[in-house]
Amino acid sequence: MEFHETTLENGLTLIAELNPAAQSVAAGVFVRIGSRDETEDVSGVSHFLEHMAFKGNDVYTADDVNRIFDELGANYNASTSEEVTQFYAAILPEYLPKALEMLSTLLYPSLRHDDFEMEKKVILEEIGMYDDQPTFTVYEQAMQAHFPTHPLGRKILGTNDSVSALTSEAMRQYHADHYRTGNMVVAVAGRGDWEELCGLVREHCGGFPDGQTGRNTVAPPVGGQTQVVHRPASLQQHVMQLAAAPPADHRLRYAADLLGVIVGDHTSSRLYWELVDPGHAESADLGYNDYDGTGTWLTYLGCPPEAVAGNLDRIHSVYEQVNRDGVTSKELEQAQNRLASSIVLRSERPMGRLGALGSNWVYLGQYRSVQDDLDTVRGITLDDIVELLSEYPLAADSTAAVGPLESLLLSGVVGDRRRPLSIGPACRACPRER
Amino acid sequence: MPSTATIHTLENGLTVIVEPMRDVRSAAFSFLVPAGSVHDPVGQNGTAAILSDFILRGAGSLDSRQLTATLDNLGLQRGETVGIQHLGFSGATVADRLPEVLSVYGDILQHPHLPSDQFEASRDGLEMTLHGMQDEPRQRLMVELRRRCFPEPWGTPTYGQLEQLPAISAESLQAHYRQLVRPDAAILGVAGGVDPDEVLAVVQETFGDWESLPGTAPETGEYTPVVEHIEHDSTQTHIGIAYDAVPYCHEDYYTAWAAVGVLSGGMSARLFTEVRERRGLCYAISAVLNSLPQHARVLAYAGTTSDRAQETLDVTLAEMQRVAQGIEPGELERCQARAKSALIMEQESTIARAGAVARDWFHLGRVTTLEEVRGKIESLTVDTVLEYIHAHPADNFTVVTIGPEPLEVAGGIS
Repeated sequence: MEFHETTLENGLTLIAELNPAAQSVAAGVFVRIGSRDETEDVSGVSHFLEHMAFKGNDVYTADDVNRIFDELGANYNASTSEEVTQFYAAILPEYLPKALEMLSTLLYPSLRHDDFEMEKKVILEEIGMYDDQPTFTVYEQAMQAHFPTHPLGRKILGTNDSVSALTSEAMRQYHADHYRTGNMVVAVAGRGDWEELCGLVREHCGGFPDGQTGRNTVAPPVGGQTQVVHRPASLQQHVMQLAAAPPADHRLRYAADLLGVIVGDHTSSRLYWELVDPGHAESADLGYNDYDGTGTWLTYLGCPPEAVAGNLDRIHSVYEQVNRDGVTSKELEQAQNRLASSIVLRSERPMGRLGALGSNWVYLGQYRSVQDDLDTVRGITLDDIVELLSEYPLAADSTAAVGPLESLLLSGVVGDRRRPLSIGPACRACPRER
Repeated sequence: MPSTATIHTLENGLTVIVEPMRDVRSAAFSFLVPAGSVHDPVGQNGTAAILSDFILRGAGSLDSRQLTATLDNLGLQRGETVGIQHLGFSGATVADRLPEVLSVYGDILQHPHLPSDQFEASRDGLEMTLHGMQDEPRQRLMVELRRRCFPEPWGTPTYGQLEQLPAISAESLQAHYRQLVRPDAAILGVAGGVDPDEVLAVVQETFGDWESLPGTAPETGEYTPVVEHIEHDSTQTHIGIAYDAVPYCHEDYYTAWAAVGVLSGGMSARLFTEVRERRGLCYAISAVLNSLPQHARVLAYAGTTSDRAQETLDVTLAEMQRVAQGIEPGELERCQARAKSALIMEQESTIARAGAVARDWFHLGRVTTLEEVRGKIESLTVDTVLEYIHAHPADNFTVVTIGPEPLEVAGGIS
C-alpha cells in the first residue's frame, strides 16, 4: 500500500493509495461543494448540477456518457451532501484511462437548456420520492429546526418551488463560480501506476480553471425549534432530535463515533437495551454527524405514537446518566473492537477505501492510512469520552416529528433544555445519489 | 477448471462450503437455515420474522446481552435476514476470529433460550416494523407485488402480516424452532483468509451433533396474473410490474439475465434511457431478475407523481415488449462488460463470496467457478438472447400500484 500526492500547475490535487494486490481500482473526484454553499434563491442547485454532469459536453452526448461508462463495466455514480459533491467509478484496472477521461467530462458539462428542463422533471420526482419516505422527511425537518438561519438547514435537493424557479443561467453561473481546482481533489484507490496516473490526470484535468471559493465555517447558532409534520393516516411516529457535537476537524471526532456506538448503535447499545430490546420502540439510535465547523448528535426514534412520550423520557434518562457518569471501560473496548473491525472490512475493497481517502483530504487536508485510523480508535480513552461529554453533552436541542401525532408535548423537560435522542443508520445524514 | 472451494456434507445433512481467498484479512460466512417464511404455519405468517429476533435472545451459557457483547468483541459485522426460503445469518470479521464466531452460532442455532418472557417484546418489534412498512409505499408495493406474482405460497410476505401476529405465541414459535431449525438442508458458506481444513474441523465439532429431522416441501398452488391498485395518500404513485422468467438453475438463466440487463442493466439501459432520460417521468426505475428454486420473475419498479403515472406505466410496459423486436450488439456487449467486471470485483469481497457459494449450493447443488460463469456470459449472442425473449416474452403482467389514483393497463392483460 503506497500513498502518493501531487498538485498540477492549475492547482488540482491528485492523491492515490495504490495496492498492487487489488483486482480493481476506484477513482473519484471530490468537490467541496454542497447545499450549504448555496444561497436561498438557488437552493438545490449543487445536487441538480450533479445530475446535469451526466448530460455530456461538446465531445460526448448524454447517451455517450452513460453508454461509455457501461461499456467499461463501471460501477459508477455521483452523490451530493450538504458539503461535498462526488463523482466516482470502480473499474477493472485496464479501464482506468477511459474512466478518468469520462470522470473529467462530468465536471464541465455543457449545461444545455433543453437538458436542464428535462432533468428538472427528474429532480422534482426525486423530491416526491423522498416525500414518501418519512425517515428522510424527518431528517430534513430536524436539520431545518436545528439550523433555521443557516444553509445547513436547507434541503439538499431544494424544494419544489426553488427547483421549479431555478434557471439554467443561474446554474451556469454557480458552476463557473464553484467548479474550480482549489475546491477539488482527484482520488484513486486500488491497482494502478502512479506515473501513468499523473499523466492521465494532467491530460484530462490540466485545463480545469483554478481558483477556490471560501466557505464560512463559523459554527452556526443552534435553532432549538420543534417542527411537526402531521400525517394522520400513518401508523408509525418518527421523531428526530439534534444537538451540538464536534466539528469534522475536532480531535475528539473518533471519540464521538465511539460514543455513538456505545449509546446509540442499532444492534447493541444503551438505547437498544433500554428501548428496542424490550419492544418499546422499533428504532432508537444515536448517531454523530460531522460538518465543517460544526457537528450534530442525532437522535432518531421510531415507535407507535402513543409510546413517544414514554420513550423520549427513557432516552432522556439514558443521556442524563451518560452525561453524568460517562461510560464503562468494557463498553469502550467493545465499541473499539466493533469500529476497528468495520474499518478493516470496509478497507478491503478499493471502492471502500475511496470514500475515506477523499473525505479525509476534503475535511482534514491529510492522508490517513487504515493503520492510522485503527491506532486512533484504539487510542481513545475514558478520559477522552469525559472530555467530549463535558464539551458536547448528549442533548436534544431541536426536534422534528413526522407521523400521526399533531403535536409533540415534550413532557419531562427540566429547566432550559431537554436532553437528546439518537438516530440509526437508516437516518444517518446521507448524500443523495444521482 | 474445478471450483477452489472445499465442500463437505456432515452426516446430519449440513453442507459447508469453504472458499479460501488471497490477499484478504477478513473471513465471512453465510448460514442458510431452511426456515424462511414459506414455512410459516398457516394463519401465522410472521413466525420466521419473529424467530430471527427471538433466536438471538440468549443461547448456550450466554444471556441476550452477553451473546451480543461476545459477538461485538469478536468484531463481527453481522446481519440476520428473513427470506422466503431461509433464515439467513451472515457476518464478517478478521479471519482468525472466525472459529470462535462459528462456535457462538453453534449455540444460537442449536441451543437458543427462546425465553417466553421476552416473546412479547419480539412480537411487538415486528408489529412496529410492519407499521413502518405500511407507511412506506415503495416497501409495501414490493411486498404486495411478490404476493401476487408468485404462486402460493412462494409470495408469502417474509415479514408477516399484521392480522396474523396475534395467532403467534411463544409456544408456537418454540415448536416451530424445534421442527424447522435443523441441519438437514442447511448450508454454511465461508470465504476469506481461512484454511478450509481448519474450518471443516470447527464445523464438525460445533455442528456434528445437531440432530437431523427431515422437513417437507410446501405444496405449490396456482397463480393468475392480476392488475390491482391500493389506495394510499402518497405524493407519488408507486408502480410494480412482474412477469415470468427462468430460475437460476435453468440452463437459460444467463440469457434471461441479459434480457433484463438490456432493459435495466445500467444507466444506458432502455428503461433508464426511455423513461427517465428522454421523458423525465421518474427518478427511480429498475427491473431485476428474481429467482426462487422453481419460479422466477422479472420484478420492476417505477415511482412517479400521479399525473404522469399513467404515461410512466404505458412507456415502461411498451419498452418491456419492444425488446422482442431486436437488440443492438452494443446493448449486449455492455451487459457482458458489466457482468465480467462485477465477477472480478466480487473476488475482492469475502462477504459477497460467502453469500455466492451458499446460494450456488442451494440452487444448483454445486459451486460455479469464475471461469464457468465468464464462459457463459461470453458465449451469449444477440440471437440467443432474442430467442429466449421470444420463448419467454414480457406479457401476462402482474401490475400493482399504490397511490392516490388507479391506473389502466392498456388493452388489459395480454
